[in-house]
Amino acid sequence: MHSVEPTGRKPRRVLSTRNIILYGFLIVAALYWLLPLYVMIVTSLKGMPEIRLGNVFSPPVEVTFAPWVKAWDSACTGLYCEGLKVGFWNSVQILIPSVIVSIAIASVNGYALSFWRFKGSEFFFTVLLFGAFIPYQIMIYPLVIILRELHLFSTLWAVIIVHTIFGMPILTLLFRNYFASVPAELFKAARVDGAGFWRIFLQIMLPMSLPIFVVAIILQVTGIWNDFLFGVIYAGTRNFPMTVQLNNIVNSSQGVKEYNVNMAATLLTGLLPLVVYFISGKLFVRGIAAGAVKG
Amino acid sequence: MTSSISINNLALSFGEIKVLKDLNLEINDGEFLVLLGSSGCGKSTLLNCIAGLLDINDGQIHIKGRNVTWEEPKDRGIGMVFQSYALYPQMTVKGNLSFGLKNAGLPKSEIESRIKHAAEILQIEPLLKRKPAHLSGGQRQRVAIGRALVRDVDVFLFDEPLSNLDAKLRADLRVEIKRLHHRLQNTMVYVTHDQVEAMTLANRIAIMRDGAIVQLDAPHTIYNKPVNRFVAEFIGSPSMNFVPGKLQTDNAPAFSSGDMHIPLQNYPFDGAGLNNLTGGHDVLLGIRPEHIVTGASLAEVPWSTTVEVDVVEPMGSDTLIWSRLNQQDFRFRVDGQSLLDKGDRVQIGFDPAKICVFDNTTELRL
Repeated sequence: MHSVEPTGRKPRRVLSTRNIILYGFLIVAALYWLLPLYVMIVTSLKGMPEIRLGNVFSPPVEVTFAPWVKAWDSACTGLYCEGLKVGFWNSVQILIPSVIVSIAIASVNGYALSFWRFKGSEFFFTVLLFGAFIPYQIMIYPLVIILRELHLFSTLWAVIIVHTIFGMPILTLLFRNYFASVPAELFKAARVDGAGFWRIFLQIMLPMSLPIFVVAIILQVTGIWNDFLFGVIYAGTRNFPMTVQLNNIVNSSQGVKEYNVNMAATLLTGLLPLVVYFISGKLFVRGIAAGAVKG
Repeated sequence: MTSSISINNLALSFGEIKVLKDLNLEINDGEFLVLLGSSGCGKSTLLNCIAGLLDINDGQIHIKGRNVTWEEPKDRGIGMVFQSYALYPQMTVKGNLSFGLKNAGLPKSEIESRIKHAAEILQIEPLLKRKPAHLSGGQRQRVAIGRALVRDVDVFLFDEPLSNLDAKLRADLRVEIKRLHHRLQNTMVYVTHDQVEAMTLANRIAIMRDGAIVQLDAPHTIYNKPVNRFVAEFIGSPSMNFVPGKLQTDNAPAFSSGDMHIPLQNYPFDGAGLNNLTGGHDVLLGIRPEHIVTGASLAEVPWSTTVEVDVVEPMGSDTLIWSRLNQQDFRFRVDGQSLLDKGDRVQIGFDPAKICVFDNTTELRL
């Protein structure tokens, strides 16, 4: 008999069956996702002779950054052999205005829809939401015609407009739900204090909605950066974004397949979203939750 | 007395639902008027209409003799305090107080002096640099009152300002609001569902039900002479006892129920009146628990009976006894030191001058 009166904190076994299964599963899942990344990184640091040996998982014997330099500076993307850097700057030029314009419009939309109910505002919102469920493919050709008539086809602005349009439903929903969780009395108080539509938005609502702006920025930055379809259709050859250039490098059918250059190019293209996620992971989850609770 | 707010035939519906129906209300200059009612009766809606935060469907609103029916909230000369405080979270207390004044384009020196004045009155000077998140509930509500105060307006609107506070703070701030009213002599319209707040603060109480005002009177009138059963039940805690019975008009009017016979010759009949009600009409006798007497005082009342104690609820200052009278729950208050226990038999009585008689069909007080 060694019956001990239970007292204080309940003891927890670290190596319980439950924990072993839980952590075992988590570790396997993590390996499954990390392994391809590992292969890509080591391959991009090897020279071609070493790659031909076929040891995909072995670390590079002789580390070389030449594939990275080539991918950035001189890999051939179709007719031009200027590397990914052209695509990178095109992507930046597409990204910045698209993100700013789409978020600016969507945040005002969401704010107006949750605080300034007007006749037909519910209908307007429904139509906007419906837009989120229509397949992109249906709208591609009509947009080509519209942009042609506006003499914008094959320009940077064409892609920016298209990204703004397609970001609108989901972003508006995001902002509307966030603002719906802001107490209505705050809005009333500001009205009694004599603030109008824009003053309430800029001075009261904007400073309160940093988390949801972070979410919107992440969604848009990664979405637009990773876009291939709109870039290849609307931007025109000289304005192809990085993803399109990457495809041209990797899928070029001439010469030897330079796996190391391809891997480096892919990593370069994926670098920005990766960095964004790492920096903002915490904020992202917080913001998503903030918008999701009510609405 | 001139009228400060005057509401004529106000109507408002949300879709098919009529929230306010043809409502008329005159609020005197410097008056503290409380809109009292249970949730959903339209009292907050009415306040929002006065503030201009809701567009009305019909009628007119005048504030200080000016027709403000179509005016924006900021142009109505009102300050408003909300239940959730509604302070701007990213601004300091000072920022919160000055926001409206800056919007109005007031000169900096004027803003400073008004904030100083309001902070002094509300004793929030040490808090001016803090953000709302770093304030307690009571401090937040004080800042919210300050935000109405700095606007230097004639009319203050309070939308259940104390409901989010705990009981002790509520009692403290209640007194402070009353002091504030004595000091400023502004017109104040105050929405609450708490009858204690209503009774203690109001010059007049407007009891609302289903979007209409049932009774508008001074607190003691509401308490002593409720217009109908609803008001009688709503005001007073614990609420009034009702004993159903018959009206007798043979010689002098009287109330009878079972072996109860209460002569009503001294009852004023100043409500709906006796009119041509005939004998045998169904009526309700209403008597408040605090008007029941026991012990030595029984000698002073003309009628008494014996009841059995069912439940005893000691409250410290007094004790509430639940018993049965004519098969109805019947509550009465006795002294806090009373040693009554379940099953005891006790003699109770009441002064017929303290009762209310209601017509059982219309529920109006006779």
